[in-house]
Amino acid sequence: MAELANPRFLRPLSAPDADIGQAVAFGPERALALDGGRTLSPFTVAYMTYGALNAAKSNVVLVCHALTGDQFAASAHPVTGKPGWWQTMVGPGKPIDTDRFFVISANVIGGCMGSSGPAEIDPATGKPYGLGFPLVTVRDMVRAQAMLLDALGIDEVLCVLGGSMGGMQVLQWAASYPERVVSAVPIACAARHSAQNIAFHEVGRQAIMADPDWQGGAYQLAGTRPAKGLAVARMAAHITYLSEAALQRKFGRNLQNREDFSFAFRPDFQIESYLHHQGMSFVERFDANSYLYITRAMDYFDLAADYGGVLANAFLNSKTRFLIVSFTSDWLFPTVENKRIAHALNAAAAKVSFVEIETDRGHDAFLLDEPEMFATIRGFLNAVAVSRGVA
Amino acid sequence: MKADLTALRPDLAAIAGMIPKGASVLDVGCGDGALLEYLARESGVDGRGVELSQSNVNACVARGLAVVQGDADTDLADYPSQVFDVVILSQTIQATRKPSAVLSNLLRIGRGTIVSFPNFGHWRVRLALLVNGTMPRTKALDYVWYDTPNIHLCTIADFRALVREQGASIERALAVDGLGQDWSQTRAMRPGAWGPNLFAEGAIFLLRPGR
Repeated sequence: MAELANPRFLRPLSAPDADIGQAVAFGPERALALDGGRTLSPFTVAYMTYGALNAAKSNVVLVCHALTGDQFAASAHPVTGKPGWWQTMVGPGKPIDTDRFFVISANVIGGCMGSSGPAEIDPATGKPYGLGFPLVTVRDMVRAQAMLLDALGIDEVLCVLGGSMGGMQVLQWAASYPERVVSAVPIACAARHSAQNIAFHEVGRQAIMADPDWQGGAYQLAGTRPAKGLAVARMAAHITYLSEAALQRKFGRNLQNREDFSFAFRPDFQIESYLHHQGMSFVERFDANSYLYITRAMDYFDLAADYGGVLANAFLNSKTRFLIVSFTSDWLFPTVENKRIAHALNAAAAKVSFVEIETDRGHDAFLLDEPEMFATIRGFLNAVAVSRGVA
Repeated sequence: MKADLTALRPDLAAIAGMIPKGASVLDVGCGDGALLEYLARESGVDGRGVELSQSNVNACVARGLAVVQGDADTDLADYPSQVFDVVILSQTIQATRKPSAVLSNLLRIGRGTIVSFPNFGHWRVRLALLVNGTMPRTKALDYVWYDTPNIHLCTIADFRALVREQGASIERALAVDGLGQDWSQTRAMRPGAWGPNLFAEGAIFLLRPGR
């Protein structure tokens, strides 16, 4: 047990002393049965809240984060000090108005900001889980969030929102707990991970595992970090978050601090040095094994498969009101995939709205300042709140 | 209630009058959702919409309506069959690329289909072409020929022929005057009457699939 005293093994890996916000620890009496057949117990869900819960507990908004997100949606990240990943969307007077709504944002299980994940200590061994952590699915993540809401005494959520993998969680929430979800806003997502999406994820995972410092996943015990592998994974993924047009607009063929080519393999182009920066800053705040686990969870996501291959069956008799948002230049989760969800909801006679936002900023648009997206979500959330008598 | 009806665009008010209480309705080309909101509030209608313009979809969503941004030409094929009591296509069929396919989808999706359109057989339209020799511009169709969304204009007689061709039946037919201003001047059309095709500025049809 001596290792427990070693800060290297404490969460989160990149900043052992960072404040992870609030957390609920689920003991052996509240084990989490996972889709993979194993059981996670005990486990922890770390979360943040913004705004105040009203007396009727009717103003709860749940925000689900994407692959590399965390619970810090609307407050500074404890490791990087940067603003929350959805601080443009969530806050006082923002579209998800924390003067009106009680916003909960939880770190997914498998993550690395305080919820149980591969970088955490396995209580059975006193050592970090590493690859001993069980594989989790998006449905497992949502089950853990449902248990968190149970623990907080919250039955019903006014709205569940999220983009990308957060959108997958939104869909899973609506399918698994229709009676608890008044409205749902999946943004820039799909009801299944496509072959292309899986392919990109596999490139990232292989980059991590090819790094000698990965040490078969036991890098924490070895005292190393697969920083290069994780940075390359992030660089490759980051390209998929942007559109070709936006890359060209921002970087073109511009050279980085030089007049001519170096005729060497240094980063000559601005786009190269930008990607390097993205890769290196990501490594500071994210755990490589978490990246493997969460990308895998996304790959396994195929909501229709759980309902006889018919997506509409996931939403039969659902009273939930849906707003689906896609972006014209998102080629990772293109409009056609988002529309498939809308068609399925229509076939299930669910109440669904769909908008496609015109932008050249690609998949990342859901995290950016997109006034039309803000206007749509603000209007939708207000209409839902009014229909439920939320002041 | 009367005040609400007059607040509604008059052609929409005429359509609203054809829709039974509590019906499930799909409004294709629902604009800012005025009709759907009215129907939900006054008739307890369970409504859905399809609308091309994003700002209009935003307006609908802010009204609490369920509206999908989409195109009648491409997106109706994805709707299941016979799920709505009434499907509405108001003042839109003349702007679709394939009116015949659109109508066929409407008849498939809805147990009843309401279509309204401006009548290109109206005497003023005919006269304008005869006298001026140029493509007619009227109050109801105020576009130059090279810059108009109305690429498939038709007359009441043309529409009746299309309905026949699709094997559908006409349950109600209203001739409308004062198009674009006051559609409250509606009157029933007798089957086979030639008058409306010459004197009505527009028409509203309630169709049923099959004869």
